Amino acid sequence: MRVWFMRSESARGYALLSPTLVVVVLGLVFPVIILTTLSFWKQDYVDIIRTFTFENYFAFFEKKIYYLILYRSIRISAFVTLVTIVLAYPLAYYIAFHVQKNKIMWIIMVTIPFWTSYLLRVFAWKVILGYNGVINSGLMSLGLISEPLEFLLYNPTAVVITLAHAWAAVAILPIYVSLEKIDRSLIEAARDLGESAFMTFLRVTLPLSLPGVIAASLLVFIPTVGDYVTPALVGGTRGIMIGNIIQSMFGKALNWPLGAALSIISMLTVTLAVCVLLGGTRWYRRRVG
Amino acid sequence: MDAARPKLNGFGVYAIAYLAFLYLPVAVLPIFSFNDSQYVAFPLKGFTLKWYEQLADSYGLLNALGNSVRVALCVSVLSTILGIFAAKAVTRYRMHGRGGLIGFIMVPLVIPEIILGISLLMTFSLSDVRLSLITVGIGHLLLCVPFSMLVLISRMEGFDKSMEEAARDLGENAWGTFWRVTFPIIFPGIVASLLLTFTISFDEFVLAFFLSGSEATLPLLIWSQLRFPEKLPSVLSLGAIIVVVSTIVVFVAEFFRRGGVQLTPPKV
Repeated sequence: MRVWFMRSESARGYALLSPTLVVVVLGLVFPVIILTTLSFWKQDYVDIIRTFTFENYFAFFEKKIYYLILYRSIRISAFVTLVTIVLAYPLAYYIAFHVQKNKIMWIIMVTIPFWTSYLLRVFAWKVILGYNGVINSGLMSLGLISEPLEFLLYNPTAVVITLAHAWAAVAILPIYVSLEKIDRSLIEAARDLGESAFMTFLRVTLPLSLPGVIAASLLVFIPTVGDYVTPALVGGTRGIMIGNIIQSMFGKALNWPLGAALSIISMLTVTLAVCVLLGGTRWYRRRVG
Repeated sequence: MDAARPKLNGFGVYAIAYLAFLYLPVAVLPIFSFNDSQYVAFPLKGFTLKWYEQLADSYGLLNALGNSVRVALCVSVLSTILGIFAAKAVTRYRMHGRGGLIGFIMVPLVIPEIILGISLLMTFSLSDVRLSLITVGIGHLLLCVPFSMLVLISRMEGFDKSMEEAARDLGENAWGTFWRVTFPIIFPGIVASLLLTFTISFDEFVLAFFLSGSEATLPLLIWSQLRFPEKLPSVLSLGAIIVVVSTIVVFVAEFFRRGGVQLTPPKV
């Protein structure tokens, strides 16, 4: 037995990996099973009744408010993803193709704000965009506007700005990596064969960087759907997202099973949206390639 | 003529504008934390340290700071140890389903934190585990392990397996090989992992929100203060301190992670 263990590379690898796997199984897989189970139970005032029921799922479809908010969350998240990627792509492109020295320095510069407290960054945006905030008071003391701009805070736009900032590094890094991997001779070949710089980008660089763009989209889109801090601080009533509803089920509204069901439905919807995105890319690839 | 110098074309201008966008919110906190006014607005009223003095007086703050540091220390050490095991496993042994297993450990990074938070909350509650700093730490550990693993994988992939093999051939046992060869080489990765995971745990809010009991961590304290407008300036000064310290820690961590000695031996 011992001999087999020492000989089998695979077995030793698994043995080394097992503590980490146990942590992830106990901390993630097991709790998600509990979450799923709870979503089929029922809240009765402060008690949870442990009998199987679809009631929470019916509630989602019966009360329009839940799926309207889920729909809005998906829409806002898709828009956040789009804005984040469109803003991040040129920067990743710049670092990959134009920066010769100190690329690492640029990458570090981009990542640093990402590591600093997420809550504080959202809070900073609230202060910047507020009615009497930095932008409004700044513009007013410059004499450019006479009254504060009201469209800055407490709406979906504020959520989009804040999250496009929060996810910048998450979007830039994968795009940068995929651009860096591109064989430069392919681009030169396209130019030599008479393609314009723009068409070369469209037909060579962009398709080859798609894996990075896809990875970035997923890394931005999925966590955004569940976010509740940003909507709560800068979103106002029109910016409420499903995360806020789920959170309230575990707070004021006190209905854990319903909260669990809403989480499961959100996760399934996100998975569906991701599948649509991946399918769409495959279709695009086939058309271009 | 300096050919290596990047030209300041359209992309260059855009890159600088983008960096300004990235650093604007981070800069707002320190600037207004010294402003002698209750309101966070232009024009600046004058320099003051009173918001920082207010901070030093509040008892809840020191308490929360202590809690955050304790959780972050435990989490960073545990997460780095697990990360070393995992990174060693996936870089040194040929294993079936290696990619899948790495992906599995990374899952906590991809799913929304709120889902992670409520699933753990329900698990603890149904199994009668009292919420405390320990439960917060468990949540953070889940979030930190993938980072530790990634940082250490890239460090271990960078050095030649034959160095470890040489140590074994020369008579070191597995433990000796680890301490005398592997550990010194991956040391920068270990430091980077400790610093990064410390920062992640220290700044983490969502999981702490769901999983903490009566003791608050620093982000929770900040969240509770945000409701009171009169507390705003001192929250700003606290935020400024956290942002500056986090930035320095992360900068050092990135330096260790990306820099350090080139370990790949020259190709023969």
